[in-house]
Amino acid sequence: MYKYFLIFVFLAFTGQISSQEVQVIGIDELKEELSRKADSVYVVNFWATWCKPCTEEMPDLLRVEKEYKDKNLMLILISLDLPSMKDTRLPKFMSEYGINSRVLLLDDPDANKWIPMVDESWSGSIPATLIYAPKVDYRDFHEGIITYSELKETVYPLIRNKKQ
Amino acid sequence: MKSLLTFAFAIIISIPLMSQGYEVGDYATDFKLRNVDGKYISLTDYDDAKGFIVIFTTNHCPYAVAWEDRIIELDMMFKSKGYPVIAINPNSAEAYPADSYEKMIERADEKGFTFPYLHDEKQEIYKMYGATKTPHVFILNKDSDKFKVEYIGAIDNNYRDAEKADEHYVQDAVRSLLAGQKPDPDFTRAIGCGIK
Repeated sequence: MYKYFLIFVFLAFTGQISSQEVQVIGIDELKEELSRKADSVYVVNFWATWCKPCTEEMPDLLRVEKEYKDKNLMLILISLDLPSMKDTRLPKFMSEYGINSRVLLLDDPDANKWIPMVDESWSGSIPATLIYAPKVDYRDFHEGIITYSELKETVYPLIRNKKQ
Repeated sequence: MKSLLTFAFAIIISIPLMSQGYEVGDYATDFKLRNVDGKYISLTDYDDAKGFIVIFTTNHCPYAVAWEDRIIELDMMFKSKGYPVIAINPNSAEAYPADSYEKMIERADEKGFTFPYLHDEKQEIYKMYGATKTPHVFILNKDSDKFKVEYIGAIDNNYRDAEKADEHYVQDAVRSLLAGQKPDPDFTRAIGCGIK
């Protein structure tokens, strides 16, 4: 009985860690995520649970998010998983990786329409990351894996500028 | 005059360095890659072809899998008209065991591929073409003994549901070429799995 209680506590606990509901969005909501105006640094990452380089990169994104969370860094994870994975594979992945960030599932298969909205240079491979800071007029797009140090070196001066 | 020549020379040299892969209008390289039946295949093997639908694709990628049946359909539609599909797997088996040569053979057999499925074993060809993901389509047109790139991009505008696709980029592009016209659009985008 005691064993079951422990399992229950464990489940409740892990459930709480990533109890965040994944929101399914379309092209209009995506537009909003790409053009926020607050005094923050936005890191918008396009990924999917089945994408191996994306999952390799994920711990680095989460690490930078953790380091700069108090300094108004916002990590937004745009998942390109199938909508049917919203309640299955996605939450499982999120609890495995300890993801508490904002996770949005983009449900629009006509990528030719929205890829250029993110960046004209994007061919469509994932992972891909857009970093923007509206108050300092900064915008940078990166196709392919971004490393911990690349991301930190990009974000650090933006956050410093902001504080001055 | 001399400086002008040097300048012109510098431009000629810098072109291949500047361009990362092909753009529409460029001439594509031929290759010699191993097919799933063990034979090596080159574009010059196809005497009767007017051009080619070269598609970089893989076993493991869900987007490639989603479009797989439509790749077979394209081959059946256009092979007899002179535009066969040539599929190339650019991934390394180390990065993706599911994309090994042995697994390619299995996949081609399972799905009944009607087209060659080649292995870019040295990972050189995809880099020369500038493929960044799978699937990634390059439509080539024969221009005497060269291969001109006429279209780069996606198969259609709905990876998830073939029925719901209402822009059939590759079909339309090949039909344009068959009618002696330039494809429009000649460049589209889609999400795909990064090549590794």
